[in-house]
Order: sequence, then structure tokens, then C-alpha cells
Amino acid sequence: MTLATEPTTLNSRISVDGTSERPQRPAYKSSGRANPAAHLTPAQIEEIGVELDRVRREVMDSRGARDAAYIRRVIAVQRWLEIGGRVTLLGSGVKVKGIRPAFWLGTAALSLAKILENMEIGHNVLHGQWDWMRDPKIHSTTWEWDFVSPAAQWKYKHNVLHHTYTNVLGRDDDLGYGILRVDPDQKWTPFYLAQPLIHWVNAAFFEYGIAAYDLGISDITQRWPGMNEGERAEWRRNASAVLAKIRRQVGKDYIAWPLVGLLTGAAPWVVLGDFIANSTRNVWANTVIVCGHFPAGVETFETDSIEGETRGEWYLRQMLGSANISGSRLLHTMTGNLSHQIEHHLYPDMPSNRYIEVAPRIRALMERYGLHYVTGSLPRQFASVYGRILTYALPNPQPDRSRWQTIRASIRERRGAAFTRSP
Amino acid sequence: MTATTSRAPLGRRRLRDEVARVAQAFATPLVPGDFLDLVSPLRTGADLRGRIVAVSPETRDAATITIRPGRSWRGHVPGQYIRIGIDIDGVRHWRAYSLTSVPAELGTLTITTKAIPDGLVSNHLVRRAGPGTVIHLDQATGSFVLPPVPPAKVLFLTAGSGITPVMGMLRSRLPELHDVVHVHCAPTRTDVIFADELRTYASSGRLRLVERHDDEHGILDLADLQALVPDWRERQAWVCGPTGLLDAAESHWGAAGVEDLLHVERFRPTLVEPGDGGTITFLGSALDVEADGATPILDAGEAAGVLMPSGCRMGICFGCVVTLRDGAVRDLRTGETTVAEEGDPVTIQTCINAVAGACHLDL
Repeated sequence: MTLATEPTTLNSRISVDGTSERPQRPAYKSSGRANPAAHLTPAQIEEIGVELDRVRREVMDSRGARDAAYIRRVIAVQRWLEIGGRVTLLGSGVKVKGIRPAFWLGTAALSLAKILENMEIGHNVLHGQWDWMRDPKIHSTTWEWDFVSPAAQWKYKHNVLHHTYTNVLGRDDDLGYGILRVDPDQKWTPFYLAQPLIHWVNAAFFEYGIAAYDLGISDITQRWPGMNEGERAEWRRNASAVLAKIRRQVGKDYIAWPLVGLLTGAAPWVVLGDFIANSTRNVWANTVIVCGHFPAGVETFETDSIEGETRGEWYLRQMLGSANISGSRLLHTMTGNLSHQIEHHLYPDMPSNRYIEVAPRIRALMERYGLHYVTGSLPRQFASVYGRILTYALPNPQPDRSRWQTIRASIRERRGAAFTRSP
Repeated sequence: MTATTSRAPLGRRRLRDEVARVAQAFATPLVPGDFLDLVSPLRTGADLRGRIVAVSPETRDAATITIRPGRSWRGHVPGQYIRIGIDIDGVRHWRAYSLTSVPAELGTLTITTKAIPDGLVSNHLVRRAGPGTVIHLDQATGSFVLPPVPPAKVLFLTAGSGITPVMGMLRSRLPELHDVVHVHCAPTRTDVIFADELRTYASSGRLRLVERHDDEHGILDLADLQALVPDWRERQAWVCGPTGLLDAAESHWGAAGVEDLLHVERFRPTLVEPGDGGTITFLGSALDVEADGATPILDAGEAAGVLMPSGCRMGICFGCVVTLRDGAVRDLRTGETTVAEEGDPVTIQTCINAVAGACHLDL
């Protein structure tokens, strides 16, 4: 995995050197919207970089036995929940006073296990947050997760592309995942009219959505002619890796365990319990993730705004391009500490249990520099996200015609194009 | 092994493989062992681990660690060493230590370690690790052992904690050895590890012990060996101690034309003057690491969080070998430079090579 296309841009983000001459940010973006950091001079942005580097060093230098014990404890709890939930589900054949206690208990335990596995463990281990322990069993190069997208493919799309180019229009595909329009600066097409519904389908089958997304399946027919033999072979390899992973995942949840359920008379309940657990994890993970980048107040960045970006500017973009979820410690754990999305984006390889301690410092820093630290409760943030999904399903209002006219014109145009294409 | 006994285990092995394959379908993407580790980390078939059961002081800065190995432990030959992986401040460190226990005694094994200044692992083992600590182990290895039929005349020459592999041999093989001279060097009389045991062997006439204490006798000069052990040229010699002693022994035995009689155990590579250093690119991890010319590539990689294959960390086991796509490295022991040109890769040991110009590694 290399970023051969832009080695110079990457290098300028490695350290704060304060030597590069950077232009003052314009007051408005080319879309006409206000530039959120226009009040900061390039020197101030570098100061922010120096301060954030200092916070990072303090925490990274203090990693130790307590952090190691934390992740091992979470992993142990997760595995007990998983095995406990699966074994309990096998007793779902038993009905007590009209309900099936083992079914509900087992499904709940398995759902919790799958959420922990995906978020506080899988996502964070794959970020290399725990590589410093040098434990080959808890290492980004060896970890595989209970999710149909193979870890290696996800790591590239997520760690490399999303975390480097966060919220840059045209560079960070995570901005709506190619199926949602969540920012007025994203181009509108009639496809987005369906997004209030598409969002829920994507949430329910999120792991398949992510697998397809990491594989780049949606536009493969357009890309295929331009790919060379090596790229095509790699894509085929990736596709078969995804299929093999799906077979193993489906085999476990919907064949192997239900077969044991046949012996206890619980087979259909095992299938249902596993399906609910997978769906719960999918919807939960999707909800946390959309709340991390799409609520009102989160900024997007123009494609050419990141050319020659310094480390300070990269930090700035991470802070402005992310949003937190406030809540209890339990909520933080169940979101894999992605409730501290801002801190996670500043320090993606910092052990997740440490975000909570740096959060007040990051917030103070942002307030000191007049930057908006976007945070709110889960219901509030989600309402904001879904509001935007509804709003941006429609095209931006234009002075010369109504939205309805824009939609009709666009559909007519497409139909016309379809006509001229056919013989 | 006869035909009849080998067929049965083979059948059983096939069955075991089948069971493992089925169990895997229930645990994927984990392995069934990940769940079994929750309750039984030392079981048969688990990655080899051990539990420290006792730490007993030997001298003011040395201690014997008694370890109960997991059930996968395959035993050892006296004189061999094991690698121990221990988590210190959350970070796993691997070091090699000679075994000092008699094989198969009481289901435990012992190592004896001396806390060296700035020695992270040795200090941790001697002063901080307590009973109950679970550690990671590798099977015993090493060729610093007595032959099955012991030689008639033996010389052991040890210094400091270099006594440890020899103590392993003495404890289990001394009854078979009829003519043993043991020259042991230590900074002072009280620094002699296993002092009581050695002196008891000597006083009961089972070996001739020559103790050399640096504060009384000065540091041993091998020229004095002739006076201490007049027939040293006739003895099979096992030598273990600091690098200086081993280098001196190799040239001393070589000069006398009896290098065939010499067996040495090296615990640390001989370090030479620093080279130039440079950037190491770990191709598989897409990671660039700056390293100086005095840091083994293995250390530099681990410090950066790369999962480096590693072994003895002293250049003898070849467990850390990786492919150098292109670049130059310098062997810290010999100063020798290895160069790989593009398209002509070479394999190198990361534990004893430092970067001497930009390197691309297949890791």
C-alpha cells in the first residue's frame, strides 16, 4: 500500500517544520460558503500543529501495562459474551410462560459481542492502536474481524484513503460512501432522491455495503476498460477474497451454529438470533459512523485545497471534518470510542481508551482558536444527520428555478441521453 | 519409530485435523484456540507459554526463575537455551536464556539471570516479575551441549552469568564426567552465581574448581591458562561469558591449533563502531523508518510497531531472516557490508544488521 501518486503531499504532513510558505485561507470557499478557518494565519495553524504533536507525544510516551490490560480485558469480555450468547441461543427451544428467555438473552449477548468486536476491538486494532504491544495476536497485520469486508481491503480504503483525505470532496469516498449526498457541495443527481430510504437499507446490511465499497464494485464497469492486466488480476483476487470471507461468515452464523441448534431443537431461533445480532451491529456501527462525519457543523474541503498541505493544516482539517457524540463511558466503549471521532481523527493510532483524557484539551484548544468543536448527544447528532439526508436528497435551491424544475429537468435530460444511446 | 506405531498417530492426526477444520467453522475469523485460551492458556496444543512459579535470589543481582511450562513443552538438553517473551509496561520483549534445570525435573524449568545495568528484561525478571506471571516461551534450542558420550577430559571456562548453560550441564551430567576442570570468573567472591553448589562439587572431589575474582586476581588473561590448567590443550572446552572472553578464547585456541576442542556460546553480538544509518522502508507495511548505523534493523522495526520475525537476537538462529530487496546493511558483529542491487535480492538477519544506506525490506 503506497501513495505513489502523491508522495510530496504526504511528506509535508509528516512533521511540523514551519518552513513551508502557505497562503492565507480565503474567506469563502469556491462554492460560496464561508471558510471556517479563514480567521487563522498560516503561522497559527502551525502553532496548532505543534501543540497537537505535544499532546500526542505525552500520551504515546505514557502507554503502558494499564492500556495493555484494558484491551485484553475488552477482548476477554467480548469472547465470553460471544461464546455465552451462542451457547445460550442453543437453548431457544425452551419456552417459559410464552416467551423464549434463552433466545432473547442469547441474541442480546451476541449483539453486544459483535458490536464490541467490530468497534472497540476490530476497528481500533486494525488502526494499529495496539501494535506497540508487539503481541502478534493483537496486531494490525494479523487481525481479522467478524465483518464480511476482509481486514486488508478495509485497512486500505479506511486507514489510507479516508484518514488521509478526510472530508475532501472527490478524494474521500467516505463522504456519503457514494450513495448518500450529505453536503451541499456534493453534486446532486436524481439517484439521491431515494436516499432517505437507501440510508436504512445500507445501515441494515452495512457490512455488505462496506465490502462492496472497499472493493469498489459500484463503478467497476466504468473503471474496468481503463485498468491494466495487473489491476484487473488484483481486483479479481480481492473479489474472491470477499466471496471467501462471506462464505466463512455465513457458514458460521447461518449453517454451523444452526446445525448444532438442530440437536437442541433451536435451529430456526439460532438463525434468527444471529441475523438480529448481525443487523443490530450493522445499524449501530452505521449510526455511529454517520454521526462522526455528517452532522451539521462538520466541514468539507475542496479537492485542490489540500495541495502541499502541512501537518498543521492536516490536523485542522481532521478537527473540522469530524463530530463527537457525548455520553456515558458505556456509550464511548460501545462506539469503540468513535464517540471521540475528533480525537480519533487527530490521532488514529492512539489507543482508544486514551481519547477520553485528551478530549478536554482538544476542545479547549479549538475554542481558543475560535474553531467549532462539534458534539452532541446521539439522538441529537443522528437527527441532524438524517435531517441532512432528507434535505440533500433534493438539489440545492437555485435563484432562477425551483427545486422541482431542477429535478424534472435532470430526469428529462437522463431520459434523453438514454434515447440517444439506444440504436 | 516402527511402522505400527507410526500409522496409529497418523490416523489420529487426520482425525484431529478434521475436528480442527470443523471447529474452525464455528470460530472464524478467530481460531478455536482463542476461546480455549480464556480458560486454559497452558493446555496441550496452545502456543507455548509458561507461568512463573518462583523467583529466588542467587546473588545481589542475579536470580533463578522457576517456570512451569505449558503442556506443549518438548523438553531440552542441558546447555541449551530458551527464548522468553515477557510483557514489560505492556510491551512484549523476547530474550534468550540458558536453562539451568535438569530436564524433566518436577515439571518445571529454571533459568538464571543477572540484572545487567540498563538491561530492561533482566532487571524485570530479577526484581519485578513475580510468581503467577504468564510468559511466552519457545522450545529449547542451541548446540552448546555435551555429546551423548561425554569426553574423558573436560574444561569449562565461564565468566559471570556465562555459568548458566554450564550449570545446566553439571547438574545433570556431572556423574558421567570423570575429569572436569571448571575455571569461573566473577567480579568479586560474593558475585559468584551458584557459589555454594560449585564449591560443594569441588569439595566432594567431583570437579576441580578454579575461582577467579577480578577484585583479587585481576581480569583473567588466557596466557595464565597454562598455569591454571596445564593440560588445557587435551581437554574438550566449553566456554561461555562476555564477548571479550569468547573472542580471546577463539584466538587463543586457534593459535594453539586446537580450535576443534573449543565450544563457545555467545549471548550478545560483538558490536563495532556505528555505520552511517539511513531509511529502512518496510514494503509490506508501507512504513519508512529512520535508523542509525548502530541500531539493529530488528530493533528499529519493532520500535516502529512493525511485526518483525525474531529469534535468538544474537545472530545464530536465523529466525529473523527477511529479504532485502535493495540497499546496504552492515553486520554489527563483523563490520561486513552486504549490498543488494535492485533485482538481485539477498536475505539478511535483521537482529545483527544495521542499515548502511537506504533499504527496502519485504516486511
